[in-house]
Amino acid sequence: MGQANGLSRHLANAYPGGILQFLNRNTRAIGLGDRVFTKAILVCGIAIVVLLLGIFVTLMIESLPAIRAFGIGFIGSKNWDPVAGAFGGLPFLVGTLITSLLALGLAVPFAVSIAILLGEYWKRGPHAGLLRSAVDLLAGIPSVIYGFWGLMVLVPLVRTFELKIHVAPYGVGIFTASIVLAVMIIPYAAALGREVIELVPADLKEAAYSMGATRSEVVRRVILPHASSGILAGILLALGRAVGETMAVTMVIGNSNFLPKSIFSPANTMASVIANEFTEATDEIHLASLVEIGLLLFAVTIVINIVGRYIIHRASVEA
Amino acid sequence: MKEKSLSGRIMSDKMFITGISILSFLVLVPLILILIYIVRNGISVVNWKFLVSLPRPVGEPGGGISNALVGTAILIGLACVVSVPLGIASGIFLSEQRRSKFAYVVRLFTEVLQGIPSIVIGIIAYLWIVKQLGGFSALSGGIALGIMMLPVVIRSTEETLKLIPHSLREASLALGVPYYRTVLKVLLPAALGGITTGIILSIARIAGETAPLLFTVFGSPFMETNIFKPVNSLPLLIFNYATSPYPEWHSLAWGASFVLVVFVLGMNLLSKLVASKWKVRY
Amino acid sequence: MESEILKIVELSAAFDEHTVLRGINLGIPGEKVTAIMGPSGCGKTTLIRCINRMHELVPGARVSGKVYLAGEDIYRLNPIIVRRRVGMVFQRPNPFPTMSIYDNVIAGYKLNGIKLKKSEADRIVEESLTKAALWDEVKDSIYKRGTFLSGGQQQRLCVARALAMKPQILLLDEPTSALDPKATARIEELIGELKQDVTIILVTHNIGQAARVSDYTAFLYLGELIEFGTTEKLFTVPEDKRTEEYLTGKFG
Repeated sequence: MGQANGLSRHLANAYPGGILQFLNRNTRAIGLGDRVFTKAILVCGIAIVVLLLGIFVTLMIESLPAIRAFGIGFIGSKNWDPVAGAFGGLPFLVGTLITSLLALGLAVPFAVSIAILLGEYWKRGPHAGLLRSAVDLLAGIPSVIYGFWGLMVLVPLVRTFELKIHVAPYGVGIFTASIVLAVMIIPYAAALGREVIELVPADLKEAAYSMGATRSEVVRRVILPHASSGILAGILLALGRAVGETMAVTMVIGNSNFLPKSIFSPANTMASVIANEFTEATDEIHLASLVEIGLLLFAVTIVINIVGRYIIHRASVEA
Repeated sequence: MKEKSLSGRIMSDKMFITGISILSFLVLVPLILILIYIVRNGISVVNWKFLVSLPRPVGEPGGGISNALVGTAILIGLACVVSVPLGIASGIFLSEQRRSKFAYVVRLFTEVLQGIPSIVIGIIAYLWIVKQLGGFSALSGGIALGIMMLPVVIRSTEETLKLIPHSLREASLALGVPYYRTVLKVLLPAALGGITTGIILSIARIAGETAPLLFTVFGSPFMETNIFKPVNSLPLLIFNYATSPYPEWHSLAWGASFVLVVFVLGMNLLSKLVASKWKVRY
Repeated sequence: MESEILKIVELSAAFDEHTVLRGINLGIPGEKVTAIMGPSGCGKTTLIRCINRMHELVPGARVSGKVYLAGEDIYRLNPIIVRRRVGMVFQRPNPFPTMSIYDNVIAGYKLNGIKLKKSEADRIVEESLTKAALWDEVKDSIYKRGTFLSGGQQQRLCVARALAMKPQILLLDEPTSALDPKATARIEELIGELKQDVTIILVTHNIGQAARVSDYTAFLYLGELIEFGTTEKLFTVPEDKRTEEYLTGKFG
């Protein structure tokens, strides 16, 4: 500390304007190119911020007529009737919630299994390669093709199943949409889960092995508890995906604007009602209501994403 | 205290691995089913004529997807124009100013942008472009897809640049090369492989995006190359045919699905090729 | 003493509040090899990074004092000009990975946007590689990537890259620390050959290396210049007790 002060004094004597100024005077000699470049990349960074804020502000402004007309009751009202000019978002909030959670429930056991297998058991080798490529492939198939396949193959199967269990045989509906969604989010949750499982420190595992634990005991007692928050975040981010997923759901959910009565009912999610009605919405209030649904969707996915990323960030810092 | 026998523990160990293996490989079932359907129903439709002719009205035999292919190409082109320069520049910003507070904000916003549902991006492109221009257009769809590509391009640029050793930057600066030239002529070329891989992967992803196109490019039965007019695109065509009641159109949709999946797979393979071919040794 | 090409006056340097160099005064004679030695952390590298103004690139870096290159205060010049006149070779070879051997040599021109005629570029490449004692080994594979060479060859490529700019001073920052003994011997031999053309300042923590290749030696300890003189004198009759202790391996 004494030395540092000594230097400061020495520097202050040598350059009355202060040492930092000394450097600044010279950095100013750095060329025009550097200044333009530094500004230009900063502007691009600002553009990203402006873009996102612009999206938010636009959604706010354009949904104002609906917000003014229905207020907070928009979320709680189950009445969506474009002809009567009544708009309430509850059926879609419920539809989204049930579809996504059901899909998540279906997907988690598979996703966690794949994450454990690829993250711990098979880091390389032919099995791992096969499974990994399959998962990549599953993630690469476009949403519209999942929807098409669901419509052509899954819907008839579900209809048969519904006849067997004596519920109205729509075929389309929440149940079908959840199955398609589950398949679509498995690769995503599995990839994130694998990453956090790979981050579990080797010395922790070795400590358990050295006490005579079997591999599955190490997985269940050491790896999974250690990676649990990361896996949870992965599941959360997969939920974010499911909530925003549009095409596949739109094609198999049955497009009903009523509050769903059971998991076999046709319904609509927030995303699917926008996809279905946006181009047909001619009155201002209908369009504004759909934009408000979009705003809600935007807000929900942002919250899910930020919380998920935060947990993952914390988990990777700890590891 | 109860202690399990060793053989019981080994047994449960075996059951565990068997269990998770079964669950994992069950996921292959839908994949294989989807691929079988696409290949079985698609391959019989796909031939040269299918690729180069225009869609026909219901009832007329034949009909193809040429306008959708051209439209998809236009949309991808527009999306790249929108996202690649801005994405690379923002990625450079994040990597160069990595410790600044503002970079932290930009990084967070990029992640948030990546999480926005595609349908919401569609609404935005509608409100920003379609409403202003007074009609559906390829441009609005291209911009929507560009916004979706942007976070991926930013991330891949940032991540690749971060991996370049500091010594390379010093080598250039010590030769009296100005900072901006060091970034553009030394660091960026070294990162080119990684950035290109990211761009190809994001193209593969947006090529199949449908939701943001529903109320931006809208779709069209004609061959259209004017970016201010509605165009057709492969995923839109699949959606419109798939949800129609006509079996002939369903089979055309299978054909188009086959083409789309082959394109997506091709892009994925290309990205792996680029990643390994352009790998930079330090 | 011969004419001094570089004069360092009351040079102090710091990272934030952490002082690295204190009041260094040193005159470096031209067309000789000057070794700067001392235990690790003594500020050797910082000292030479002040000479080509690389030190100030580190966030929080500070400098005071004066450095005159052939009579000009380098802290009044544009740092880019300074760095073209003072070449540097680093601890680890760092050829540009995307460039061929040929392009690596003329990288200083290409990256600065200085246009060279093909014949001129060819001449500079051959001359620099010859001076760096690499020409015979690479002349048939000049368009291959520089990163495919061995570590020692890569380091000589970096020397050629620095020489191509015709610097007045060449800074070598522990150039052999990442090399095997054979490659090290080759670089040391090269240093001896190069001093006819360029003044060399060599940072080393290897006492033997300083003794083998340098004409003058400066001994740095805890950020201060302890002793400076001809290598012969410093190694045989050191004036300062600390120099003697360092040379006899009592510390560092």
